[in-house]
Amino acid sequence: MRRTNRLRAVAVLAAGATVLTACGSSSSALGGGQATQAKVIVASANFPENELIAEMYAGALQAAGVTVEKKLNIGAREVYVPAMQNGEISVVPDYTGNLLLLENTSATAASSADVYKALQSALPADLKVLDYSPAEDKDALVVTAATAAKYKLKSIADLTPVCGQLVVGGSASFPPRQAGLAGITQKYSCTFKEFRSLDTGGPLTLNALLNNDIQVADLYTTDSNIPEKKLVVLEDPKNVFPAQNVVPLYKDGSLSDTAKKKLNDVSKALDTATLTALLRQVTTDKVPAQTVAMQWLKSKGLV
Amino acid sequence: MSFLDTLVATWHFLTTATRYAGADGIGHYLLQHVEYTVVSLFVAVVIAVPLGAVIGHTGRGAWFVVGISTALRALPSLGVVVLLVSTQGISATWLVVTLVILAIPPVMLGTLAGVAGVDPDVVNASRGVGMTGRQVLLQVELPNATPVLLGGVRTAALQIVATASIAAVVGLQGLGQLVINGVFNRDVPQAIAGAVLIALLAVVVDLVLAGVQRLVVPTGVQLLAGPRRTPALLRRGPAREGTPA
Repeated sequence: MRRTNRLRAVAVLAAGATVLTACGSSSSALGGGQATQAKVIVASANFPENELIAEMYAGALQAAGVTVEKKLNIGAREVYVPAMQNGEISVVPDYTGNLLLLENTSATAASSADVYKALQSALPADLKVLDYSPAEDKDALVVTAATAAKYKLKSIADLTPVCGQLVVGGSASFPPRQAGLAGITQKYSCTFKEFRSLDTGGPLTLNALLNNDIQVADLYTTDSNIPEKKLVVLEDPKNVFPAQNVVPLYKDGSLSDTAKKKLNDVSKALDTATLTALLRQVTTDKVPAQTVAMQWLKSKGLV
Repeated sequence: MSFLDTLVATWHFLTTATRYAGADGIGHYLLQHVEYTVVSLFVAVVIAVPLGAVIGHTGRGAWFVVGISTALRALPSLGVVVLLVSTQGISATWLVVTLVILAIPPVMLGTLAGVAGVDPDVVNASRGVGMTGRQVLLQVELPNATPVLLGGVRTAALQIVATASIAAVVGLQGLGQLVINGVFNRDVPQAIAGAVLIALLAVVVDLVLAGVQRLVVPTGVQLLAGPRRTPALLRRGPAREGTPA
């Protein structure tokens, strides 16, 4: 009697396990299959510029007859890269330099072409990038027009003799970075008078620069305040800041040749000045990113 | 990094001598933090004690002041300091203004409660012996109010020490800079070290003020308040004053 009970229990458990396994495998097969074949899932990181570019990708792909689903604003690179490898998303706009640094923290490539080449070989086998765009959003040392005129500044190299008189401001992660103060000190032998820890290319840093509390600021090249306030972006001949060209990152096998060609056309048509102006419409004028993206695509004949 | 490794790294951070030297060393940050605290507390006391005393003495306008103080307490210090610094420039003045706004309510309400709470018989008696209103306030009410008043100052001091950490957000450093550096550069031990140092500073400041309280509160008031408020084991003050053993 006891033995039969035990046998029955084992049988039930085994049956249950079989059902569970079956469920697990069938659902994952279903999910994976859909993501790679039926439609293209366009994702974006969680900041306005990235969302805007993702809207451009989505609009252009739709115009090319591709079925598109959008999953925007999903998080940082550390989140969306694993999601892409799981097949949950197909393509996301990224930046060459930072993507390279994620895969290879000791990378030293600096120019657009070198970074792109290094990136292609650093990426895991299931991830690929399309052509990079001339549009770039990277760190830059920025001064006011008055400061530039006073010290005759055009590039960071011109700073070297006057560094000791100037205060630099940026985020707290700026000083220890090789693509930051550490690299500037090393490559341009420039030691600033003081570093002010402020925000990451935000209003505090900008206002401190305009108030002359700091004379040199770490801002981002697509910041619309740079042209508006007539700020001067110092050239970086020794490439402390690696290139950060916009590039579509995609899961291998998730894009058709038509889709790839379309995204390459978008990248080719976009440049830093355009991106700056379009981003301004989103962040300052509060126009929805989708509207801005579609208008631009139309003006370029991409839809 | 495991929890234990993090603690060990934090200890290492705090016990490395080179971390204390230079413009971006713990020593400089600590000095700045103490400066911000002392200046803000001093200004807050200079403003809030007279106000609280006069209102407590006259009993007029208390509803107004309590209302304003409660409203001030709702102002987020971080927002105030960011607004002031981003519009007026990076200067410690704006941090001090923010901290004074933070510290005025507890100091003023402490003074108000202390003065208003003096035994009415004592106040009436002093009027009865012919003291003027001014004399009653300065010689009777304020001395009797010192324990509650200083309680308000100690509360304010703790809030200032904790809140002065926001200096680091607007480029004014202080011990908060260690926390910010730690968070921005994923250097958890540095962030914890900053938090520990701020907490230690708060404890030290409170102990110093406790000492001040012992010196400032008149013996008579201490005798009245002491035995009721402190446990028998800690009741050393009155015994020293020659109470029967």
